[in-house]
Amino acid sequence: MADIQLKDLVKSYGPTEVLHHIEGDIKDGEFIVIVGPSGCGKSTLLRMVAGLETVTSGEIAIGGRRVNELEPSARDIAMVFQNYALYPHMSVRQNMAYGLKIRKLPKDEINRRVEEAAEILEIKQYLDRKPRQLSGGQRQRVAMGRAIVRDPQVFLFDEPLSNLDAKLRVQMRLEIRKLQQRLGVTSIYVTHDQVEAMTLGDRLMVLNGGYVEQFGTPIELYDRPASMFVAGFIGSPAMNFLPTEISAGHATLPGGGLLPVASSYSGAATLGLRPEHLNEDENGPIAIEIDMLEQLGANTLIHGRLHGTGHSITASVPGHANDGIGSIRRFSAAAELTHLFDTGSGKRLDI
Amino acid sequence: MLKRVHFPTSALPYLLVAPQILITLVFFIWPASQAMYQSFLIEDAFGLGTEFVWFENFQILATDNHYLASFQRTAVFSLLVAALSMGFALILAGFAQRVVRGAMFYRTLLIWPYAVAPVLAGALWVFMFNPTLGIFPYFLEFAGITWNHYLSGNQAMALVILAAAWKQVAYNFLFYLAAMQSIPNSVIEAAAIDGAGPARRFWTIIFPLISPTTFFLLVINMVYAFFETFGIIHAVTQGGPGTSTTILVYKVFNDGFVGLDLGGSAAQSVVLMVLVIAMTVVQFRFVERKVAY
Repeated sequence: MADIQLKDLVKSYGPTEVLHHIEGDIKDGEFIVIVGPSGCGKSTLLRMVAGLETVTSGEIAIGGRRVNELEPSARDIAMVFQNYALYPHMSVRQNMAYGLKIRKLPKDEINRRVEEAAEILEIKQYLDRKPRQLSGGQRQRVAMGRAIVRDPQVFLFDEPLSNLDAKLRVQMRLEIRKLQQRLGVTSIYVTHDQVEAMTLGDRLMVLNGGYVEQFGTPIELYDRPASMFVAGFIGSPAMNFLPTEISAGHATLPGGGLLPVASSYSGAATLGLRPEHLNEDENGPIAIEIDMLEQLGANTLIHGRLHGTGHSITASVPGHANDGIGSIRRFSAAAELTHLFDTGSGKRLDI
Repeated sequence: MLKRVHFPTSALPYLLVAPQILITLVFFIWPASQAMYQSFLIEDAFGLGTEFVWFENFQILATDNHYLASFQRTAVFSLLVAALSMGFALILAGFAQRVVRGAMFYRTLLIWPYAVAPVLAGALWVFMFNPTLGIFPYFLEFAGITWNHYLSGNQAMALVILAAAWKQVAYNFLFYLAAMQSIPNSVIEAAAIDGAGPARRFWTIIFPLISPTTFFLLVINMVYAFFETFGIIHAVTQGGPGTSTTILVYKVFNDGFVGLDLGGSAAQSVVLMVLVIAMTVVQFRFVERKVAY
């Protein structure tokens, strides 16, 4: 087990820089999720830690040891690939034993470890099957088993659940989390699914366009998003953004409503409001002209526009609703649950 | 009614396959049946009379020591050609996969020999290994080897094997390269993370995964060595010195067109035909099954 340090990490392909000065300190036993949209560089970052991509500049240290120049095999890591990358010509048992055989472990030790991992992952009855005879979820387990038996310092997961169906994904997500807690191995997990990221990670690293937008616990990211990107990416349904003018602790909404905010800032800013933080209030400053209702059972999403303007806004109300299209509902929001962002840079305003 | 819509009776499909069927009939079926018929005949040396003798030609072959020796020679020749060209192609493909810069150029160069006609390939090798003019005998002299494939049967055999293998490398290379490229990169990466070095990855992951290609190429190369090396042998050694490079297909030509033993020659070609049919059956039977690993 080991901690991981990423120091001023840069990756370029020719003249194009794809990862910009990544900093990160990952503690021993932590479960880190790297999350971001497609093409943000999250897989590249993971592959750099694995040693499958070269480091342009900066340093990666695992357990205090610089690994930039080390082969993947010398880094004491195990990786689970998106397409599982099982060896198709080997049985499940051989797949799991491959890395151990290379390390010249005694036969009975290999058998013991494989059996043990198979026990944990409940794939004991499939040990003598070939990967093609297994379902997606079972292959996923074998891929995990192959990582576990190696007893590495670090687990790396590259979108391991994206090839599974929705139900299985939720189940495997829980199992990965339980397994990681049980083994206590430092893990880095890459995903583009923010729900997966929120539920799995001790801490989340949000990447966008090769920059780290924010690195913190899921709750930190939800409560105090560092930028509009994080605010819009974390949480579902996504946060509403409205252009406002702030003065004397109040935001002037487009269309004229006055909403109290917990800030002494004054000037133009973008106001962020989570749909679930909008409270129904007959005298509230936020008037929504309803375009569409999304009935989810436990709650209802109201999609509409801020009355009298073109700004779309979504609110989440508990229970059912049957308002007509075009009718108006009024909301307010608690001052401490509002977020202010710089309109130009998108960074959070905390004054 | 529905049936008529889905399967309208028309002459068009028959017209479309007719050229192919015609070509097969004229160039394959007809000569093959002619050979078969001829193998039952014995002709006198002047071509004045023929006698229908059923399987006598085959009986003669079965007891002919020259023929049996040629059989053995062909086995050695084709196995070595297949092993040499496939082994070399495998190495080249393995390295070609790792080439990043100029990969297209490199691959194109490697494919060129396939476009060279067999007789030309043979001529090239004859010049390079000519005992008095050739560049290779000159160098071999330094190593203390006297090269003269006009005198040494083994050297002649080595030369035709080299020439035949060289020509086939390009073909094998293409198939091996395609097979290697169809292996998902992540599988190789997983093996690297599991601690396997390049050589180990090759033998434990890549080689087993391309085994269907290896089997396919083995059959193709055997067929090639059996039948398509006539041009090379004719250009390089004419089957000599003595009969030391007279493989079966060359013996068919030699006995038939030089020795004018048309019946015996036809019988030999029928034997060859049976062999190629057998190999094709083996290929279809086992390659198809082995593809699913």
